[in-house]
Amino acid sequence: MVQNIIDVRNLSKSFDISSKKPGLKGTIKHFFKRQTKSLKVIKDISFEIKEGEIVGFLGANGAGKTTILKMLCGLIYPSEGSILVSGYLPFRRKESFLKNITLIMGQKQQLIWDLPPIESFYLNASIYDLDKFEAKKRIKKLSEMLEIDEELFIPVRKLSLGQRMKSELLAALIHEPNILFLDEPTLGLDINAQRNLRKFLQKYNKETNATICLTSHYMKDITSLCKRVICVHEGAISYDGKLDLLLKKLSPVKEILIVCRSEEDAIKLENSGFTVKNKIKNEITIKIENDLITSSLKTILNNFDIEDLFINEPPIDEVIGKLLINKDYEI
Amino acid sequence: MNLRKYLNVYKKFLHTSLASELEYKTNILVDLITALLSLIGSIFLLSIFFQNNGYIGGWKFEQALIIQGIYTILNGITNTWFNPNLTEIVKHIREGTLDFVLLKPIDSQFFISLKKINPSGFLEIMLGFFLLLFCIRINQINLTLSFLTLSLITISCSICILYSLWFFISTTTIWFVKTWNAIEVLRSFLYIGRFPLNSFSFSLRVFFSIFIPIAFITTIPSEVFLGLSQLWKILLEVIVASVFLVTSRKFWLFALKFYSSASS
Repeated sequence: MVQNIIDVRNLSKSFDISSKKPGLKGTIKHFFKRQTKSLKVIKDISFEIKEGEIVGFLGANGAGKTTILKMLCGLIYPSEGSILVSGYLPFRRKESFLKNITLIMGQKQQLIWDLPPIESFYLNASIYDLDKFEAKKRIKKLSEMLEIDEELFIPVRKLSLGQRMKSELLAALIHEPNILFLDEPTLGLDINAQRNLRKFLQKYNKETNATICLTSHYMKDITSLCKRVICVHEGAISYDGKLDLLLKKLSPVKEILIVCRSEEDAIKLENSGFTVKNKIKNEITIKIENDLITSSLKTILNNFDIEDLFINEPPIDEVIGKLLINKDYEI
Repeated sequence: MNLRKYLNVYKKFLHTSLASELEYKTNILVDLITALLSLIGSIFLLSIFFQNNGYIGGWKFEQALIIQGIYTILNGITNTWFNPNLTEIVKHIREGTLDFVLLKPIDSQFFISLKKINPSGFLEIMLGFFLLLFCIRINQINLTLSFLTLSLITISCSICILYSLWFFISTTTIWFVKTWNAIEVLRSFLYIGRFPLNSFSFSLRVFFSIFIPIAFITTIPSEVFLGLSQLWKILLEVIVASVFLVTSRKFWLFALKFYSSASS
């Protein structure tokens, strides 16, 4: 049986936030007397993650995804509740715990700006107590997986964003951690660079059985990497389960565009009891529930003269978008 | 603590920061010229003070030069290690890159205090050292073992006090986010350390001994050089330095509990 590597129970986090009214008067008032209020950004959440799982955290900006990741890796103290990661209390930041994890943030970098990435790799290797031979072996292996070679010897400031991100990944993985926390790792990357990064993460997960917790606003990252998603809405978990089940629940029907041989056939189909979205001459768009697709298509093909048909999947961004903006959305 | 690992990491810190600095040759050259001109300017200023009256606060010009030498060494250490690293703490906290430091299996205070060096500060350290050698000659100081030991102890204590004060102020960034001004105030107080403590009024002497211990930083090591220092003063400096060092360490560990990281 696969063991839980992350166990979160009734976790909450509050921050003291100060607010300021606009204008000069507000600024002066804010300077002398700050009005602060305690804001609960994470509200009593519980979940477990198994070893080797890739879990995507979904949520709008400010929903609390990054705060959860930072509490999981031990950067922020929780206000209430408990967290166990690989058997450790993360915020104690024990050396053996830190050697097991890594955090990669798409918008922040740890590489030394004026030097080639290889210098940062060897610096990290010495911090993780790796000897030169072992470090060299790991750099070679990871650079092959990431398909970077000459870039290792070019100053970071002269690398493209994609090359830099690959180097950041290598720097963060040199100690071969078994838990990866990735906060929007593909932010700002072009489509090819995004695809390469996803390919690498899939391969890394497969080869090392590492657990990956990922936040991303690019739905393609989530759909191609994560079977399970945790949706966070205003600090609370609104869904925790399989991604395909979520999509089915959020989008229970598919749209099918049918091109009939004649307009008469289209009229016959329109009156046959299917839910019609629209009809233009001999083209008709109907909506069918996911579970009834096969049987309904069989009926249509047997009873009507059909020239062509197209099944339109609703764009996943649109489907998830509904979930992120509507707090009352029922799942 | 694994000493071998820490030495190895420090070797890498030296290598990477030297390599980074050497990327910008002109900048290093300007820094070196600034250090040289700054020392010449300080000695010139000091000589003006002593022009009309041979003594200030009971110190001759030749004796006051020892204070200048110690100040130059400390300023060199400040520019080599404290300035590039401790001002970076503010940046780390404001931009949230302290996250990377805290997640490394290494002491975070060691990492943020020693990661960078500014090689041009080495020139100042050397200039200060040569000035001290010159002072030993003109003041006809005997180089005995006890003199060398006490000098080393008092100068080391001065470095600890200076580091702790600076680190303490930088740590408050965790709550106040911006503390550049406080660091600038500290630096301007340190300029006062170029002059003998006795040349100030009584109230200022008390202030610079108790609140901002500039007196301990330059005057006590200089008194050791001249054989004027009393044992209780040296012991007091050792105690003050130890208290400052331990307190700054404890304060850092306490402050980290309040670190909320920058938003992404």
